[in-house]
Amino acid sequence: MELLSHLLLGLQTAATPINLFYCFIGVFLGTAIGVLPGLGPTATIAMLLPVTFVLPPVTALIMLAGIYYGSQYGGSTTSILVNLPGEAASVVTTLDGYQMAKQGRAGAALAASAIGSFFAGTVATFLIAGFGPPLAAVALKFGPAEFFSLMVLGLVASVVLAQGSLLHAIGMVILGLLLGLIGTDVNSGTQRFAFGIYELADGIGFVTVAMGMFGLGEIIRNLEDEEERAVMITKITGLWPTKEDWKRMIAPIIRGTIIGSALGILPGSGSILGSFAAYSIEKKVSKNRAQFGKGAIEGVAAPESANNAGAQTSFIPLLTLGIPSNPVSALMVGAMIIHGIQPGPSVINEQPALFWGMIVSMWIGNLFLVILNYPLIGMWVRMIMIPYQFLYPGILVFCAIGVFSLKNTEFDIYFMALFGVLGYLFSKLGCEPAPMLLAFILGPLMEEYLRRAMLLSRGNPWVFVQRPISATLLALAFLAMCSVLIPAFSKTREEAFVEGSG
Amino acid sequence: MTRSPKDFWTGLIYIFFGASAILIAREYGMGTAIKMGPAYFPTILGATLAGIGAISVIRSFIVPGPPIGAFAFKGLTLVTVSVLIFGYIVRGAGLAVALPVLVIVSALASSRFRWRPTLIMAAGLTIFCVLVFVKGLGIPLPIIGPWFGG
Repeated sequence: MELLSHLLLGLQTAATPINLFYCFIGVFLGTAIGVLPGLGPTATIAMLLPVTFVLPPVTALIMLAGIYYGSQYGGSTTSILVNLPGEAASVVTTLDGYQMAKQGRAGAALAASAIGSFFAGTVATFLIAGFGPPLAAVALKFGPAEFFSLMVLGLVASVVLAQGSLLHAIGMVILGLLLGLIGTDVNSGTQRFAFGIYELADGIGFVTVAMGMFGLGEIIRNLEDEEERAVMITKITGLWPTKEDWKRMIAPIIRGTIIGSALGILPGSGSILGSFAAYSIEKKVSKNRAQFGKGAIEGVAAPESANNAGAQTSFIPLLTLGIPSNPVSALMVGAMIIHGIQPGPSVINEQPALFWGMIVSMWIGNLFLVILNYPLIGMWVRMIMIPYQFLYPGILVFCAIGVFSLKNTEFDIYFMALFGVLGYLFSKLGCEPAPMLLAFILGPLMEEYLRRAMLLSRGNPWVFVQRPISATLLALAFLAMCSVLIPAFSKTREEAFVEGSG
Repeated sequence: MTRSPKDFWTGLIYIFFGASAILIAREYGMGTAIKMGPAYFPTILGATLAGIGAISVIRSFIVPGPPIGAFAFKGLTLVTVSVLIFGYIVRGAGLAVALPVLVIVSALASSRFRWRPTLIMAAGLTIFCVLVFVKGLGIPLPIIGPWFGG
């Protein structure tokens, strides 16, 4: 079995004591930072990214994957315990999770989340192992036109899934593409939009932008109203679900995994779409649908499984095509580039140990999460209860030192402050920063592929619709854009976000 | 008067960035569709962004929308300024000075600010960061900078 031999290679890479250790540290730190209110996975990864720079590439990526899953789980924990989702994907978890916590069943909700995530993670690991190589083989046939259209599809999807006005989301994407072009143009060597500033010759680092917009911007926003957070629980009991809970959990976990895995592969969606879809489907098919919104364990198990499955299968386009599909995988791309790895179809063949090691480490990371959950939940609760006025100066300290350490220049600190102001401004204006960050990463790539495609076609713009794969991708993008205009869909989109805007 | 301040101001920001991109890009070579110069893509993007901004501004006079809401000026100023000061003094003064300044100035933004816990926190974070980042990860920042004879 080729699949098994691949996974075995991955296991050999990931399961060395040193890699296991850093995977564990990643999961631990990711959860610890992720449970802090107001810090979603994007900000958490951006903050912890510099820590991994001192490690060799494989170990660093394994640790990053651990940080990612840890921060996601941390986000679920805050959703359940304090009704504060760290990111859009865990919004639905608050609906039933927080209700369960209120009824004193926080332990069962946390367990449903951890077990569901673990199951989903296991299935998704096999899916990546199975679909990765054939997809990479297809991707090797991709020309510049296909890559360009694929990025268009990814950006359109991120626009469709963004909160608030569609027009503004498109604007944010264009702005992100523009900001991404700052720096030296690879073709002509011209320094664009650099204003003669030496530090801008390489462009603005994506971590700087992410920390500014997601870290600083969020802190300023939180300072608007510093109301007391109600932590329901000081002591969590009954971490192991009852027999009844198990029976009710199994089917939703399986359904959530399937939905999440399928939707996670789509570029641009990541795990958000999956968790929303899994929750609404569960609400329709469940025998206990009357309990939904009042603390149904199905309402935690299904979206949490879907969330994790999607988070993991979103690595398929990342690892095979090199195209990030959400801010988190955009950060992973950036991290890989910093470590000298250009993500794309050739990674599987050229660096099999890295590829398979990372995939297996995802599964190991999930396993650590389940194990960590039990002894450390008390500690997470205590971390959640740290009052915000003691929390945010610390976050600022880590952001400032972290962003400095990227290139050892204080200019990045200034830019981070600038993007913090910009992030706050845009959040006041109802413009979500996620599509912008994605576009920021894709900007230079998109320009490069556009140039190559136009050069090959001798300036014929129809090349994008004449090549079948490219045309299909653009058609999908067009359909996605149209779907927003269909009243029924846009109504659901609004409702989903209204529930989530808390 | 505008009926949707969010649309109006977002539109203006987009127009500003879009128009700036086009104007600045005029200095670079435009090239042709076959061989695009450094100005080609930014000009297309700038024009699109300015167009979106214009639509947004026009829409703001037609379709009513929610108000923007009060700005947290105190938080905005103190958080931004604390980070800028940190960047400005960290090399000269060193972490032992720059970190407490960052912590104290930013902590002033909270309505629950009290001196005692803030000072303890500043001291704790400084010691922690010096140990982890300078001693542990080897980030080239002085603990006591040249301004203080370090």
